[in-house]
Amino acid sequence: MTTTSPVEKAGASTATYVDQRLGSNKFLSRNLGKVFPDHWSFMLGEIALYSFIVVLLTGVYLTLFFKPSMVEVVYNGSYVPLKGIEMSEAYASTLNISFDVRGGMLIRQMHHWAALIFVASMSVHMFRVFFTGAFRKPREFNWIIGVVLVTLGLGAGFTGYSLPDDLLSGTGLQIIRGIVQSIPVIGTWGAFLLFGGEFPGTDIIPRLYSLHILVIPGLILAMVTLHLMMVFTQKHTQFPGPGRTNDNVVGYPLMPVYMAKAGGFFFIVFGIIALIGGLVTINPIWIFGPFTPDQVSAGSQPDWYIGFLEGALRMMPNWETNLAGFTLSWNILIPAVIMPGILFTALGAYPFIEAWVTGDKREHHLLDRPRNAPTRTGLGVMSISFYLLLFVGGGNDIIADAFDLSINGITWFLRIALFVIPPLMFVFTRRICLGLQRRDRDKLLHGYETGRVLRLPHGEFIEAHEPLSIKDMAVITSKTDIAPLPVPPKADIDGVKNKQFRKQNLRSKLSHFFYGENIPLPSAAEIEAGQAHVAHDAALEAPLASYEDADELRQFHGGVLHHPGMPETNAEQLADRKE
Amino acid sequence: MKFLAARRRNPLVAIGLLLFALIAVGGGYAAIANVQPAQASVGSQTQVEEGKRLYLAGCSSCHGMEAQGTETGPTLIGVGAAAVNFQVATGRMPLAAPGAQAVPKDPTYTEEQIAALAAYVASLAPGPAIPTAEDLDFSDADVAQGGVLFRTNCAQCHQAAGQGGALTQGKYAPNLMGSTPQQIWEAMATGPQSMPVFSTATLPAGDKQAIMAYITNLQTASSPGGLDLGRLGPVTEGLFLFTAVFAALIAAAIWIGMKAR
Ligand code: HEC
Ligand code: HEC
Ligand code: HEM
Repeated sequence: MTTTSPVEKAGASTATYVDQRLGSNKFLSRNLGKVFPDHWSFMLGEIALYSFIVVLLTGVYLTLFFKPSMVEVVYNGSYVPLKGIEMSEAYASTLNISFDVRGGMLIRQMHHWAALIFVASMSVHMFRVFFTGAFRKPREFNWIIGVVLVTLGLGAGFTGYSLPDDLLSGTGLQIIRGIVQSIPVIGTWGAFLLFGGEFPGTDIIPRLYSLHILVIPGLILAMVTLHLMMVFTQKHTQFPGPGRTNDNVVGYPLMPVYMAKAGGFFFIVFGIIALIGGLVTINPIWIFGPFTPDQVSAGSQPDWYIGFLEGALRMMPNWETNLAGFTLSWNILIPAVIMPGILFTALGAYPFIEAWVTGDKREHHLLDRPRNAPTRTGLGVMSISFYLLLFVGGGNDIIADAFDLSINGITWFLRIALFVIPPLMFVFTRRICLGLQRRDRDKLLHGYETGRVLRLPHGEFIEAHEPLSIKDMAVITSKTDIAPLPVPPKADIDGVKNKQFRKQNLRSKLSHFFYGENIPLPSAAEIEAGQAHVAHDAALEAPLASYEDADELRQFHGGVLHHPGMPETNAEQLADRKE
Repeated sequence: MKFLAARRRNPLVAIGLLLFALIAVGGGYAAIANVQPAQASVGSQTQVEEGKRLYLAGCSSCHGMEAQGTETGPTLIGVGAAAVNFQVATGRMPLAAPGAQAVPKDPTYTEEQIAALAAYVASLAPGPAIPTAEDLDFSDADVAQGGVLFRTNCAQCHQAAGQGGALTQGKYAPNLMGSTPQQIWEAMATGPQSMPVFSTATLPAGDKQAIMAYITNLQTASSPGGLDLGRLGPVTEGLFLFTAVFAALIAAAIWIGMKAR
């Protein structure tokens, strides 16, 4: 039993060697036992991380062959429909990567698909964090890091999209130039600085290149590290459930369960990206052709994550004002500078705004169910619908073509919808949340409706209700009811005027807006009575009873309980319990 | 110089300049247009008569008894045999229903009848002729040059991959993936509806052949990157991303997140 093999010996002595120098054993035993809660939506951030790793790996391969130069060359590679055409070296080298470098097409397509997945998973991860209230104290800073990461992701994507110098990238850059020029006072000068002279010049691609492969990935890497370290030290939040409180974490230890799951998931993400990289075309630059300022293609579009800006530009009426000889181009300034500026600022500031409005200073490690924060959920759905409408606007020409609609009709519809639909979505969502809260309340008071009608011995018909399981009970009762902030007094008892009145009053009003509509949980006594009643009904329908939760629930209200899928008869149950 | 500057502001001078510019442009255009040989291949007399008969029965209600045009259809004098062949062979004419633009459908007339209609319209006034076999032979054309010409002249409406695109007010430039070389030539020569005319002066026969070679290449070339998603660019790519790829990733996440029992 105790004989150690030479391999084990060698392993042990290496471990000791390393430990004596790094003190790593203490570090590992402290951290590898760390517990992570489990839920599929906690994997969205992981998708972002893994796709970023794929982007890094494939990106390095691309740098080996890509030439960030705008020097004109004559293409002489193997793609015949472009042979003999003048183009920039950047475009020619991207063609070479696609057609003449071994594995180049696969790696290029993997890089681009992974980039799209990276931004997509970040966004959806952000939605998860938002709707569950995971951004609340103490995680506000990590939320801000997340917003910075999304912004950097857009920057990385846009600079990458511009590198191959094909017709689409050039069209995108032309739009960027227009946007920079629209900024008052410094616009023209800024555009000159950015492009190193007239558009397109010869500087922009080398500049974008250093941003794309050095500055932005470096920043992303630093931010991701910080982000993960904070998740690690602050511990992950968890959804409510039996035994889960604000002060504990229920889940799997980092080693080995979580690591095995995460490692496996990395390979799945990698595999899916490799699969689509090999099978599905993305950005066929050979069809768009090299960029020349006198060409443009119908249906020119940015990648999906820039689509909302494109849409905003397309929706905006053509407003300009002339001010003392300067033209203020509202038609560009509002959709491309002011709107995204407000959007991202609001996004970053949201945790602080909500905390101020609600006056909530507690720490939160247990997630909210979206229905239990109807106003927040409503605001989230409202913003997403706004974003999606802009997104649709960005593809208005493709939609017009695909569905035989008038492009002008779509534009007008969206201009109006942009101001009508999001508020409606807010109202609807809040309603739905409150409806769900009401249903939860009913469940606490009357158990589950089973849809089974029973005829009692004396002839009465009742619908059978079933008591809640321990899990549902824990989840539903995790809700905390918070009273809105009171209306502040105009003056104190001594008649001294309250100087803060306006501010406090606004805050109280907003707090009423936030918490005002709420279906409070029944009191513990009411719940107990309700469940006991249900249990009584259930007893009539016996012999069915739960056996997993029975003891606890019986203590809870002394009833006889049953559960679908559980042993059918008392005899069976008794047999079961004896084991 | 002061004298000239003052004169330049005079409205009469502006009108004079405008007139001069108009005459210069118009005269220049006429000169170029006259250089072109009249492209009218007048058919045999019987063909023209047969064409006239068909025309009066099927087209005159909109285009007028003398093809002079009416409220409901433009004049056909001078549009040439190529226009008739294009419009009737693709089924756009006779117009089925008023709309943003004439929609292609199965042709109503046989080939001979179309030839007769074309001969009749061509007999009214010279116009672009139906291209000859020699015109349509693009075997020597430079595909790559055709690509450049296509992106410069056509892609802004028909999209870089010839997939078509939306124009204003419900009009659209059609997908070119089914267009025959003859239709491509005739479309360029006659400029149907919102499409501009690409005369021999703007696009000589060699350029037209290069464009035909490029479009044919787009139609037949396989997609080197795999599934091509309709070659519509980022919109369909994004759609694929969210419907297929993201769905697969989430499914994998749910599968992994399931409790191991
Ligand atoms: C219902 C009315 C109608 C009928 C019938 C009709 N057309 Fe037309 N046609 C039009 C209209 C309207 C246009 C202009 C289309 C546009 O610009 O949208 C047109 C355009 C054309 C043109 C293109 C003119 C140009 O300037 O290039 C040709 C050629 C033509 N028609 C030929 C015919 C022939 C041949 C027939 C009979 C087989 C026919 N049409 C029957 C309404 C009609
Ligand atoms: C201003 C936009 C515009 C430009 C530029 C343009 N087209 Fe078109 N094209 C159209 C429209 C609109 C139609 C549809 C006309 C119709 O339905 O009668 C069309 C029709 C066609 C067709 C017939 C398609 C069919 O369904 O049979 C061909 C072929 C074609 N174009 C080729 C070209 C080529 C080649 C060029 C460049 C040399 C070009 N077009 C440039 C707008 C354009
Ligand atoms: C941070 C996240 C990143 C994103 C979102 C991203 C995105 C993109 C995109 C969308 C393209 C267009 C490519 C195409 O159409 O094929 C691109 C190109 C490119 N990227 Fe990245 N990228 C990222 C990081 C990197 C890194 C870290 C490197 C290198 C170390 C890199 C190297 C390249 C190169 C060389 C190209 C141009 C070559 C080509 O287009 O084939 N990228 N990138």
